[in-house]
Amino acid sequence: MRKGTKLAALCGAIPFLTLVFALPFVNRIEPLIFGLPFVLFWILLWVILTPACLFAAYKIEKKFNPPDDINKP
Amino acid sequence: MNAALLIILGTIVFSALVGIYAGRRVKKDLENWTVGGRRFGILLIWLLMAGEIYTTFTFLGASGWAYARGAPTYYILIYGTLAYTLSFFILPELWKLGKRYGLHTQPDFFIKIYDSRLLGILVAAVGILSILPYLQLQLAGLGMIVEVASNGAIQAKPAVIISFILTCAFVYTSGIRGSAWVSVIKDILMIVAVGVVGFGVPSRYFGGIGKMFRTLIARSPAHLVFPGAAPTMDTLWVMSTVLLTGMGFYMWPHVFGSAFSAKSDKIIKRNAIIMPFYQIPVLLVFVVGFTAFLVLPGLKNGDLAFLELVRETYPPWFLGFIGAAGAVTAMVPASILVLFASTLLAKNIYQAGIHPGASEEAVMRLSRAMVFVITAAALVFALVLPNALVNLLLIGYDGVSQFFPGVVLGLFWKKVSRPGVIAGLLAGLAIAAGLVFSGHDPFLGLNAGFVALAVNAAMTVGISLVTRPLPSLKNLAGECPCSKN
Repeated sequence: MRKGTKLAALCGAIPFLTLVFALPFVNRIEPLIFGLPFVLFWILLWVILTPACLFAAYKIEKKFNPPDDINKP
Repeated sequence: MNAALLIILGTIVFSALVGIYAGRRVKKDLENWTVGGRRFGILLIWLLMAGEIYTTFTFLGASGWAYARGAPTYYILIYGTLAYTLSFFILPELWKLGKRYGLHTQPDFFIKIYDSRLLGILVAAVGILSILPYLQLQLAGLGMIVEVASNGAIQAKPAVIISFILTCAFVYTSGIRGSAWVSVIKDILMIVAVGVVGFGVPSRYFGGIGKMFRTLIARSPAHLVFPGAAPTMDTLWVMSTVLLTGMGFYMWPHVFGSAFSAKSDKIIKRNAIIMPFYQIPVLLVFVVGFTAFLVLPGLKNGDLAFLELVRETYPPWFLGFIGAAGAVTAMVPASILVLFASTLLAKNIYQAGIHPGASEEAVMRLSRAMVFVITAAALVFALVLPNALVNLLLIGYDGVSQFFPGVVLGLFWKKVSRPGVIAGLLAGLAIAAGLVFSGHDPFLGLNAGFVALAVNAAMTVGISLVTRPLPSLKNLAGECPCSKN
């Protein structure tokens, strides 16, 4: 695996860590944030931050993977 | 004629006309009809994918779950986000293969990668069996929405028949392009409907979303954390379910196939980046469900929570507007489902299995004819045998998710072998069916489909390691002059 792909995959792992594996630790109501129960706020927060993770992955791939390589599986 | 009726019928007819108009200059071959000539830019791809994701389930199901089950409904917000994240890495590779070999459907992919027509036919059959009940669900949802929203002025049956004949018409004339265009209308109506109601009802009854949550926490706090009001849907169930559905999402034949419509792999990546924002309105749908939980307790059918609350709160013409939005929200995904089911039947069952010599033109003609067959079948199931496909629906997601190892390993792992994928797929399907139909879902707190997928993946990898791997795809690259792209 190329370096860019590896780093990008790390960015892609973030939503899985926060939205799946962190769930047992955030399953509570308090503290309320913006009026939302904490677990719902947490989920919403990472739904909104996922585009940032993917954008970072996009930039990283662009930077580290030479463009002539782009069509190799 | 009342205003609600006029709004609903007007919207349905207008949408269908837009769909038909979209195809006026489209050449009628599979390349254009099924995958839009692989020319869709970021806007059309976004509309298409958003069209597939926001189904009637979003309207009725997400609010119904929030109403009846509470916190487990949060899974809907999560799994889409995971699916887009995976799509960022998977779909561009898929698109490149599709471009290189002229693939149109999911079974095409399996046939190309694993060089097995039998596997292609199996994948097509599972795909069609999963699509049919899903299509029926859209029909039933549409009937329910229109009947409630028009206050009984339009009965469910005529509503379903009229809107699906019109859907059929624009699929026939315009193919995938028609779905993408009608998606524009659908998205505007959806966003307005969800925005108005999602902010409107909590502020009407409680003075705001935050205050609504405070009231709910004071009255029944357990509703808002896992497992909510559904004891079998605890945190572990949510985790396994979002993993299963997140991986399964792009394995639906129609969602998988629509990736081929993009103009480039970059378009797909950029689309994946922005898609999660589109999940935010789902939060407002939850809010409506939670508000209904407080304001209208004791509804027999939780799926009606959204509509009943709107009926309680707004004038009839606005309910009609919601009905119109709901109807188009059923028509768009239904059109894409019909389109791909038809192509699977014609190309991957008929051409691949029964009549290998059939020409592209014959397959195209048959695909378009199948639009009517599939729609008629779904109508019969929805109107005459509403319970016949319930079991299939239960297992639809579990079924298509079993394609995941074959797709991902086929794209990224050189050692994957044909026997490994076939054995894994069959084992996964058998385990999913066995657990669900014997009433063992959830199994040990886990989503049964997830258990099946885990066994499937382990078998695929295990058997691949001890059998002969696939000939490298690079050897296949010479076949097609377009491989330089």
